[in-house]
Amino acid sequence: MYKIILAFRYLFRKRISYLAFLAVALCVFIVVVVMTVMTGLVTDFKQKNHSFVGDCVIGTESLVGFAYYEDFMKILERADFIEGVSAVIKSYALISPGGTERSIGVEIMGIEPVRHSQVTGFGKTLHYRRDDVSKAFEPIYDPNLAGCVVGIDLWLTRDVKGEYAYGAAPAKTSLTVSCFPLTAKGALAKAGTGMVNTKTFYYSDTSHSGLARVDSSLVYLPFEQAQLLCGMAGPDKRVNAIHIKFKPNVGLENGCKKVALLWQRFAEEKGGEKKAGLLEKVTVQSWKDYRRAFIAPMEKEQTMMIAMFVLVGVTTVFIIFVVFYMIISHKSKDIGILKSIGVSSVNIIELFAGFAFLMGLLGSCLGLFAGWLFLLKMNRIENWLFEHFKFQLWDRTIYAIGDIPNAVDLKVLTGIMLSAIVTCLVGALIPSWQAARLKPVETLQVSQL
Amino acid sequence: MSENDFILRAEGLYKSYRMGAADVSVLKGVDLAVKKGEFIAIVGASGSGKSTLLHILGALDRPDKGVVKFEGRDLSRISYSELNKFRNKMVGFVFQFYHLLDELSVLENVFLPTMAGKSILGWLACRRLAKNRAGELLGQLGLGQRANHKPFQLSGGERQRTAIARALMNEPRLLLADEPTGNLDSATGNGILKVFEELNRAGQTIVMVTHDERIAQRAGRIITLTDGKIM
Repeated sequence: MYKIILAFRYLFRKRISYLAFLAVALCVFIVVVVMTVMTGLVTDFKQKNHSFVGDCVIGTESLVGFAYYEDFMKILERADFIEGVSAVIKSYALISPGGTERSIGVEIMGIEPVRHSQVTGFGKTLHYRRDDVSKAFEPIYDPNLAGCVVGIDLWLTRDVKGEYAYGAAPAKTSLTVSCFPLTAKGALAKAGTGMVNTKTFYYSDTSHSGLARVDSSLVYLPFEQAQLLCGMAGPDKRVNAIHIKFKPNVGLENGCKKVALLWQRFAEEKGGEKKAGLLEKVTVQSWKDYRRAFIAPMEKEQTMMIAMFVLVGVTTVFIIFVVFYMIISHKSKDIGILKSIGVSSVNIIELFAGFAFLMGLLGSCLGLFAGWLFLLKMNRIENWLFEHFKFQLWDRTIYAIGDIPNAVDLKVLTGIMLSAIVTCLVGALIPSWQAARLKPVETLQVSQL
Repeated sequence: MSENDFILRAEGLYKSYRMGAADVSVLKGVDLAVKKGEFIAIVGASGSGKSTLLHILGALDRPDKGVVKFEGRDLSRISYSELNKFRNKMVGFVFQFYHLLDELSVLENVFLPTMAGKSILGWLACRRLAKNRAGELLGQLGLGQRANHKPFQLSGGERQRTAIARALMNEPRLLLADEPTGNLDSATGNGILKVFEELNRAGQTIVMVTHDERIAQRAGRIITLTDGKIM
């Protein structure tokens, strides 16, 4: 009991203890804020990628695509673990906005909007047709025209607050889309003739996925039109990918394994068919693997950030070590007194370990509370700084990030708190051990006072 | 006289300290026997080894050679945990500079030895009794009104009486006092000695170290330590 009482008294009645306590709180505060923002950015980025892709993708990187997709989609639709499937055409094209000489290189994606919305978050990225995705390619101003959905950053710019200036309705604008159709063997389908397929579409909506690269370079086209443009229509129609969404209770890894098995069997069955060769390059990937090239750098940044905070942790250990060393140097008389009344060396270690634990616990509680409060008000603070001093953490006209992520993750907080406590215990370890080794006669001698 | 009449026996105690490159012999074969209920004063000049002897008798330090027997038990043969129990229950120390814990109140300082000797549950079970005893001891020593004060709010005499109360808290068989009046004026020191005399009259065995012959005269027996030996 005396250990608890003394640990509390040492903590609250020594100014130097307050300094150590504040050092712990400050470190925890910094780690909470930066980790929350960083984790928020990574999580948000992953969610957007997941929403863009669906759960699983069967596809090939080749622009030629693969055939017999309709047969396989029927198999997938019969599977009890699959909620939806969407065939997708992917290629590159040049677009020329009506009335301009300008040509822009873009990626095109041919989709069936309703199916694709069942599998991905496509429907939620629309502005004008969000409530009726089936009309995504029907321009409001003339539903009979062939519409296209344009990545928002191709069409609109962000203001300083990160807002897009949408009109009440989409302006009637044509887009001429030209692309090179390919044969099943990868040759230019129209070699020697016009080379390119060109068709005019009309701007029907914008898509705001929140992924900068997607929003600044992707144009969605109606599936059949895109298939025709890319030379994938005909008797053995081809697609580049099939996006899949699993039922809610199906795990990602498990679902992908099942799809891979189905695909393996299907490819074997189709082995003797004319265009079976195209099936060989098809892979089954989870959304994480499919978007690995984009997600990995952010995860790497997060890992580097964690590594940097390990260094902050080392600094904290050193601060705690110094503070404890000083406290214990001042408390050597107390240690002598305690030993003279029968307190063991182990109890001395426990006393100072308790002191360190309290410092870690209370310091991290204060740091967590301050961090949580700061995160709660962070966007408001940033807005205020922008209004008064034109300061922004990042330029909203350029970056596709709106608010600063500030959703506190309980797991992260618990991890930080435990780390802070362990850090304090580690910092106090050597001084406590030294204290325990002190001989009472050495500390109680008149010459030592 | 039987062996049972002695509470403490020291035989052939040697102790030396390293000072720089040289070994300084402090005790050079000390033999001492303390009977139950005795009040002994150990006198000697500064550096004669009085405090070292007291620390060895109270198991705060170990001799290089020799044996200390407390009620027939050789202290060099008992384990560390038993040694801690011995310091907690069998002896009470009173130091020249009081050595109270600044963070604790006077009352807390007094019941500290009882608290230190118990687990949390053990302490919770006996805390009322312990606090009552600590209060009674403070009352007997004239510090009833000072129980909730902090040591820095007390005079030197009051601090020393608090230290005596702490030393007596667990009703030790032996009270060891190292220059208990050394830091006090003569009137206050006299008061402390009166406390010791009263305790001794009540049966308490006391070994006191002092360099002052006049103070030593108040004890029942005087042992003079000169150059590491008892004369």
